[in-house]
Amino acid sequence: MSITGLSLIAFLVVHVGVNACIWARDGGDMFNKASHFLGTTVVIRILEVGLFAGIILHVVQGLVLEVQNRSRRNVAYAVKLGNRGSKWYSRSMGLLGTLLLLFLIMHLSHFWVPSRFTELQTVNIDGKDIPNQYADIVNIFHNPIVDVLYILGCLSLLYHLLHGFQSAFRTLGLGNSRYMSLIKIIGFWFSIIVSLAFIMMPISVYFGWVSE
Amino acid sequence: MDHYIMNLTLKVWRQKNNQSKGNFETYEVQGISSEMSFLEMMDVLNDRLIREGKDPIAFDHDCREGICGMCSMYINGRPHGPWHANTVCQLHMRAYHEGDVIVVEPWRAKAFPVVKDLIVDRSAFDRIIQAGGYISVNTGNAVDANSIPIEKDHADASFAAAACIGCGACVAACKNSSAMLFVSAKVSHLALLPQGAPERKSRVLNMIAQMDKEGFGSCTNTQACESVCPKEISMANIARLNSEFIGAGLSADK
Amino acid sequence: MLNSKIPAGPLEEKWSDYKGHVRLVNPSNKRKIEIIMVGTGLAGASAAASLGELGYQVKAFCFQDSPRRAHSIAAQGGINAAKNYQNDGDSVFRLFYDTVKGGDYRSRESNVHRLAEVSANIIDQCVAQGVPFAREYGGLLSNRSFGGTQVQRTFYAAGQTGQQLLIGAYQALERQVTLGNVKMYNRHEMQELVIIDGKARGIITRNLVTGELERFFGHAVVLCTGGYGNVFYLSTNAMGCNVTAAWKAHKKGAYFANPCFTQIHPTCIPVSGDYQSKLTLMSESLRNDGRIWVPKEKNDNRKPKDIPEADRDYYLERRYPAFGNLVPRDVASRAAKERCDAGYGVGTSKQAVYLDYADAIERYGRIECSKKGIENPTAEQINAHGRDVVKEKYGNLFDMYEKITGENPYEVPMRIYPAVHYTMGGLWVDYELMTTIQGLYCLGEANFSDHGANRLGASALMQGLADGYFVIPYTIGSYLADDIRTKAIPTDHPAFAEAEKSVADRLQQLKNIKGNQPVESFHKRLGKIMWDKCGMARNEQGLQEAILEIQALKKEFWSDLKIPGDIKEMNPELDKACRVADFIELGELMCIDALNRRESCGGHFREEMQTEEGEAKRDDANFSFVSAWEYEGENKWELHKEELVFDVAKPSQRSYK
Repeated sequence: MSITGLSLIAFLVVHVGVNACIWARDGGDMFNKASHFLGTTVVIRILEVGLFAGIILHVVQGLVLEVQNRSRRNVAYAVKLGNRGSKWYSRSMGLLGTLLLLFLIMHLSHFWVPSRFTELQTVNIDGKDIPNQYADIVNIFHNPIVDVLYILGCLSLLYHLLHGFQSAFRTLGLGNSRYMSLIKIIGFWFSIIVSLAFIMMPISVYFGWVSE
Repeated sequence: MDHYIMNLTLKVWRQKNNQSKGNFETYEVQGISSEMSFLEMMDVLNDRLIREGKDPIAFDHDCREGICGMCSMYINGRPHGPWHANTVCQLHMRAYHEGDVIVVEPWRAKAFPVVKDLIVDRSAFDRIIQAGGYISVNTGNAVDANSIPIEKDHADASFAAAACIGCGACVAACKNSSAMLFVSAKVSHLALLPQGAPERKSRVLNMIAQMDKEGFGSCTNTQACESVCPKEISMANIARLNSEFIGAGLSADK
Repeated sequence: MLNSKIPAGPLEEKWSDYKGHVRLVNPSNKRKIEIIMVGTGLAGASAAASLGELGYQVKAFCFQDSPRRAHSIAAQGGINAAKNYQNDGDSVFRLFYDTVKGGDYRSRESNVHRLAEVSANIIDQCVAQGVPFAREYGGLLSNRSFGGTQVQRTFYAAGQTGQQLLIGAYQALERQVTLGNVKMYNRHEMQELVIIDGKARGIITRNLVTGELERFFGHAVVLCTGGYGNVFYLSTNAMGCNVTAAWKAHKKGAYFANPCFTQIHPTCIPVSGDYQSKLTLMSESLRNDGRIWVPKEKNDNRKPKDIPEADRDYYLERRYPAFGNLVPRDVASRAAKERCDAGYGVGTSKQAVYLDYADAIERYGRIECSKKGIENPTAEQINAHGRDVVKEKYGNLFDMYEKITGENPYEVPMRIYPAVHYTMGGLWVDYELMTTIQGLYCLGEANFSDHGANRLGASALMQGLADGYFVIPYTIGSYLADDIRTKAIPTDHPAFAEAEKSVADRLQQLKNIKGNQPVESFHKRLGKIMWDKCGMARNEQGLQEAILEIQALKKEFWSDLKIPGDIKEMNPELDKACRVADFIELGELMCIDALNRRESCGGHFREEMQTEEGEAKRDDANFSFVSAWEYEGENKWELHKEELVFDVAKPSQRSYK
């Protein structure tokens, strides 16, 4: 769980970095260039396979873990410990993960499937015709229902990361008090910043804070 | 401390034996002194039940001073009741007030089957220790106690882990019924001492294997165990256990 | 008639001489010999582990759900050893001498010397097992002092020394379980001893989960079942501590020695009400730094903080300037009782004295401030730093006090009062720790041998582990060497059947009483009789009354007891009834013994026998012996005397002034 989790966290860094290009106020040129680069580079395509393998492994491991752990208690408590012992999101990684999986399916069908399998409009940048991913985003995020779903998906990500980030390090054995407090701080801000950045995308598009 | 008298409602899990199905019974208890311990309150109730010709509530307890680890009640949703770093036997009734409803359940985990009422079978912990929670030194083999100096910080950290009383509250609190805090405390206790070094790898691998075999769940680092541990065993021990386990797993020959 | 089998020769050579000549059992024969170990505290677990390591087939029994829960775990302060790591003049001889003197010259010199000799090995063994004793910054072991000594020889692990030592022994035991040398039976209680041809050959146990009776054979039986302090109902013992195994052995022929020697520990949390089920000890180590006092005026109802120095009576420092607050337990307990009886007690019950840490906090605070280079520290700074030091040393004890009483001992002096803690008496054993029944051994607190009339602090752990790790592995061979041709006796032997039947009958008899009172009420009443008349102070009239009262209580018990549930199921009330029935009989013997011993010594204080200053007055001319009582039938015992010979530690008036 921890190794796949951390590799997915590493992917999020790339993802959020590329996405930040939409705020370049250049009509989407920088973003389109970046996504075109990612879509056509061999190394990246190989990594993409790894990414999908990582996601599938993470999901399968998570589901198996959740099912196994639930089977370790035959009779449920009448009164639960609840938030007195742990954070709700720490106990709800299975639920948050499932929400994220549903979100991911929607997300992939919005962006990844069109960019890989169906033709996108093209745009001419620096003399080359490349797919206009940016236009696709702007188009999709004009739908408020989609925006709300995205925001909810990113909130799931926020809480999933709040627990998952530091938990991954603990599972890998990093636990002495000095590093642990550092990891906790980094994990906290990483989760907030990454999720907020993602959330800002549909909001920015909807309210027209990015150039059309 | 001002002393007061209270009346309470108790909902207690009753289960005749391992085979039977249990259920909650409700009892009204009157005239409980705030200076009583929780178990003394249970004694008062049991005395009444016996006099009424009913079966008293069976519960584990022995030292009644918070060290033997025998007492094990899940009170209003928390192992050992509401106080921090405490065992049931040290919980006193000044934690409650007139009219309170108290729900008492046994530890619930597949690896801790109920024996009767609030008593569970924790022999799985013994078997985990048998798998490697010791240093193999026969009586008479020891060198002088001061021949190996031990860094005070390590000795103190080892002691802090060794303070585990094996009560099982960590398992009871964990949503996964994981025994990682218990196992990590023992592994840390011995791994932090030079005497424990020769068996360091086999110990952690064997103890983890036994833990899985006993049917405890996996750790997902929710930290519930740490929050209820009567001896404040730290989660840092779990991370240490993980690093010992990964290290041993990578370097083991078989 | 009593042969204590003390080896000849000079005291300091007896043990090595014995070891050099004792008969051995060769390894292949050891594998064929089975040993039953009842109890898994420090003595039992260490003995089971050590005998398993030697190759014997050991069956170990405990009534708790795991051997790790035995009440040795509750020992707080520490364990003595003549290591002299502090270079303060300690030696084997001094530990031996302190222990004999502390025991008021009522223990066996040879046993005590052996104890002192092996004490150092215990610490080595425990450290090798991974017991995390307290250490100094240099990485070496730390020591502190305890009552009745003037050297620092006590090794400790915060306030949890017993726990750490027991876990060490428990780990060694579990290792032998893995290796197949020890078979562990949890939640089993011994109910009867099986004797075949005059030799102990097995036990009958009750499985406390199913209620079934089970038979077990052993070439030898070793009892490590702890003390009988619970005869007083309220004591610092665990709720389950009982005398049953030892008592069954006693009724089958093992003599019971010095039953009246009980230790009343001076620093316990006072009783708060009738519902009280047990008393909690505050470690003797607290007397290292705490000061004990009462107000100089009777019925002084001011808050302790408001009582100025001039109005406080630090009575231990006043009466015993040489040892001050660190006088032995019996002396400290009696002094507290004397003050309370005279009307100077504190708290609502007036049955308590103050244990005050204000001075210690200030003293440590000043040291810390000077270490940290704080010049002219404020009172707050001193207090804060002092608290931190005290917290590190005694934090868990202070927390425990606060949980029980709801008062903060860093702010308010603790209220303490003496409580029953340990029993020096027990089954009579010879030098080899064998009782008067062939093949039946008794170790640890359950035997009588090492502490005389009063045990010094931090010596119980030492004795339990000495017996288990270093004595029984040698001495049991001396007996078993003759038994190598004895095949395991099948448990369908008539002696087993008969013993089992006697247990079944007794259980049935208890169940058939169908009276009105729960066991607990009988136990409480027994405790009250014992505490009032055979407690900290005893006199002829009171003891005679007590005997009659106990006999009457026994009759009532057997006619009005009410036990719920069935025999063949888990039934904690039935377990308790079996134990209390034995406590009642023991109580009578304790009073008889106390009545018979017309002298004051150690924990046994006969009011008729005291000096003008109120100190215990020993009578060496008439009572320098061990009282070993033989059971002769209902309410009848015969006294056998083992004369005590002191070649080295010549008896003198015990003085701590």
